[in-house]
Amino acid sequence: MEFNYEVEGGNFTKAGNAASSVKKVLKQLNVDPKIIKRIVVALYEGEVNVVAHAYKGNVLVDIDTNRIYIKIEDEGPGIPDIDLAMQVGYSTASAMVREMGFGAGMGLPNMKRNADTIDITSKVGEGTIVELTTRLTS
Amino acid sequence: MTVSDIIEKLQLKVIGGEEGLQNEVKGGYTSDLLSDVMGNVDEGQVWITLQTHRNVMAVASLKEVAAVIIVKDLEADENTISQSNDEGLPLLSSSMEAFELSGELYKLLNQ
Repeated sequence: MEFNYEVEGGNFTKAGNAASSVKKVLKQLNVDPKIIKRIVVALYEGEVNVVAHAYKGNVLVDIDTNRIYIKIEDEGPGIPDIDLAMQVGYSTASAMVREMGFGAGMGLPNMKRNADTIDITSKVGEGTIVELTTRLTS
Repeated sequence: MTVSDIIEKLQLKVIGGEEGLQNEVKGGYTSDLLSDVMGNVDEGQVWITLQTHRNVMAVASLKEVAAVIIVKDLEADENTISQSNDEGLPLLSSSMEAFELSGELYKLLNQ
């Protein structure tokens, strides 16, 4: 099964729509609630990253019986130093974003913690691709 | 203990999501950082925060918390309230500060 979701840069009201929809699908498929929770956390953080940092993005979700693959692709500033971005507490979020309670430098670390594998590729000035894969069977 | 019970005992106001007032409360979590809540709150806990925007309800719903309590009588945004109603997830408010309210809730849940 494949699903696509658009994410608008700067539009926080829609952040979480993809995560919410994927959660419903996984529940219908009777996936272990613990696994669903991890996937939802990782995807939500990915959506927020696009909203907070990029101009626009797309989330592709591919579900088969064994695993879920999520690709979050954006057109945005890119990440110059991925290792630095992965550090807890490091953030480049704006003051407005921080005031909302985002931008604490926990997004990417949360994503890493809640996916079996995470791959990040980024080009400065072009955008970022984050790929998450998680097994659906424990 | 249900959300209704804590509303009565802690004199909370119901702002939205009345459908969920019988949710069982298993604990609490106090934080204003959404990623922290995303990473650490558990299903069935009450989330205490000063944040009032709509993303609070998105996080609360994804994590299936029992209820959200906004502190210091801060006013929730209109779309926060409407999402609370849509999801049937109680949005409550208290005149107490987070420290005080967390302490009271802790006492109540550990009686």
